[in-house]
Amino acid sequence: MFDLTGKNALITGASGGIGGAIAKALHGAGATVALSGTRVEPLEALAAELGSRAHVLPCNLADAEAVNALPKQAAEAMGSVDILVNNAGITADNIFMRMKDEEWERVLDINLTSTMRLCRGVMRGMMKARWGRIINISSIVGATGNPGQANYAASKAGMIGMSKSIAYEVANRGITVNAVAPGFISTAMTDKLTEDQKAGILGQVPAGRMGEPEEIAAAVLYLASPEAGYVTGSTLHVNGGMAML
Amino acid sequence: MSDIADRVKKIVVEHLGVEEDKVVEGASFIDDLGADSLDTVELVMAFEEEFGIEIPDDAAETIQSFGDAVKFITEAS
Repeated sequence: MFDLTGKNALITGASGGIGGAIAKALHGAGATVALSGTRVEPLEALAAELGSRAHVLPCNLADAEAVNALPKQAAEAMGSVDILVNNAGITADNIFMRMKDEEWERVLDINLTSTMRLCRGVMRGMMKARWGRIINISSIVGATGNPGQANYAASKAGMIGMSKSIAYEVANRGITVNAVAPGFISTAMTDKLTEDQKAGILGQVPAGRMGEPEEIAAAVLYLASPEAGYVTGSTLHVNGGMAML
Repeated sequence: MSDIADRVKKIVVEHLGVEEDKVVEGASFIDDLGADSLDTVELVMAFEEEFGIEIPDDAAETIQSFGDAVKFITEAS
């Protein structure tokens, strides 16, 4: 339905469950993809699976210099960056009273600051092209909060506020900036939860099941498409009704 | 008028859609020529491309008028 032929997309965290599904969806719609992440092997495996139109660009998002260099590397590999998907994210959970500065800083740095740097890095090319799509993968907890995740929730809420601000600035240049907020999705991050924890969370999901990475990827594909050109500054919640926002 | 000034003027006229005779030495991009702050960033990008120079952010912020741009580019190239 959505055609991204000729578009070039940079996806961070592409070695993860959701990132990999996003890469496959954009690639399947015809886009060339640059897969970024810290673990090279799964990135190479994904690129091999996709075949042509796939580049591997490993990057440690905690390294400011490497992050600032990434958009340029992606543009050199693909010719441009028309679509940026900031999907990489980490958690370092702790109850707030015990939260260490280091846990706060690490999560904010990787989830929020690197997203800012990448958005800034792709802007020049998108401004010149008068076309661009930025999709920041936030989280339901950015809107609702979650005990033990003050740092993660702050970073994810920060992504939403930042996306809206950038969206204002560049809307009349053909560039849209949106967020996707996944709920409880079946990934390595949620596999770490105990069965009891999972059952507890599922009790709060009207759909009665966990979401699949492909269901997040479909939301990203829509926001990346030419058809979504009038959608900017929005947050698309994909959470099975867990929070109706 | 110098060649540089002519080329700068052409970029300003095209980008901001203003009359050529409005683009005078002291004309401020924002106050006199109707640019917004993002237009000024794009003008600097266009100057960099046209003249093959790099204009660092702190220098870019000092380029507020047509005269500023011509002066900076003349010194840089």
